[in-house]
Amino acid sequence: MTHGTLALTHVAAETQQVAFWLLAVISVGAALGMILVRRAVHCAVLLAVVMLCLAVLYAILGAPFLAFVQVIVYTGAVLMLFLFVLMIVGIRAKDSIVETLKGQRAAAGLAGIGLLVLLSLTVGHAVLGPAPAETAGFGAANVNSIARLIFTTYVFPFEVTSALLITAALGAMVLAHRERTEPKPTQRDLSRRRAASGHPAPLPGPGTYARHNAVDMPALLPDGTPAQDSVSPFITHRIEPPGAGAGGRVLTDEQRTLLGSGSQEGDQE
Amino acid sequence: MSPGDFVALAVVLFVIGAVGVLVRRNAMVIFMCVELMLNAVNLAFVAFARLHNNLGGQVIAFFVMVVAAAEVVVGLAVLMAIFRARRSASVDEASLLKY
Repeated sequence: MTHGTLALTHVAAETQQVAFWLLAVISVGAALGMILVRRAVHCAVLLAVVMLCLAVLYAILGAPFLAFVQVIVYTGAVLMLFLFVLMIVGIRAKDSIVETLKGQRAAAGLAGIGLLVLLSLTVGHAVLGPAPAETAGFGAANVNSIARLIFTTYVFPFEVTSALLITAALGAMVLAHRERTEPKPTQRDLSRRRAASGHPAPLPGPGTYARHNAVDMPALLPDGTPAQDSVSPFITHRIEPPGAGAGGRVLTDEQRTLLGSGSQEGDQE
Repeated sequence: MSPGDFVALAVVLFVIGAVGVLVRRNAMVIFMCVELMLNAVNLAFVAFARLHNNLGGQVIAFFVMVVAAAEVVVGLAVLMAIFRARRSASVDEASLLKY
């Protein structure tokens, strides 16, 4: 076991040193970016960067099981949950920079510096010195050793956290539940609505009977005219330059050749 | 490089997370800064486990991850319920209990 390595004995101490400093700089930079950027989505991505750096640091420290759990559970599940809720809550909302409480930023900065000093003093004296020689549980036998610990010494917290997870899932279901404000429409109501709407059959998807089936290619009706309803209105809006053509018709070259002189004003590329 | 460096990094990340909770006003970003603090604490646990050659630190870090996941689930559900009611994610506007 080479002196100076923490756990990965087949990796040299210098490599671990370089890796640590690189990851430290990246994670601190990403964390600072997280509290400074305005959009919440950017914060989420920077948090993912921090979590991935931490996963590699766990591997360096002789915790390969935790490194994988960090990537799979924390980055992969918890962050995805954040992103989903961000999509629901509003991805475009930007924080305003204007302070609502006067001097709050300065006070928060001072408090941060104070906390840093306090933590360094209290924690610092406990950690000085090199790492002792590692036992077998930090290398290849990590998973077995952790499993032994979880199911013998820590079995009660294990059971309690499983109860906690079940409770959390139930709580989330209760909180996200929505009551119906009107009774659920029956099949009879739905089919009545459909018959009364003017197009009882389902609308053609994009590209039906046309030469291409891309999403922006309109479908062709039985008489050969393109079906306006088959292309999403957001796409037609994007293809059409504003103010050109009548009523936003989407006609490509193929449509023009198909329809010949039938294509009149509103021809657009 | 000793585990002490890792603990120092954990302290720095924790402080950044704490300042982020104080400074930001979007509820989602505050939540994410709390997650950053939890991650920093996990790193400290794992570093201390290595320092004292005791795997208990890693097991505790594992349980912290589990509890953090449960907390995120419930917290995000609460946030969604609040957002549905008031259409805004800013914590400044949720001031009905203010005297």
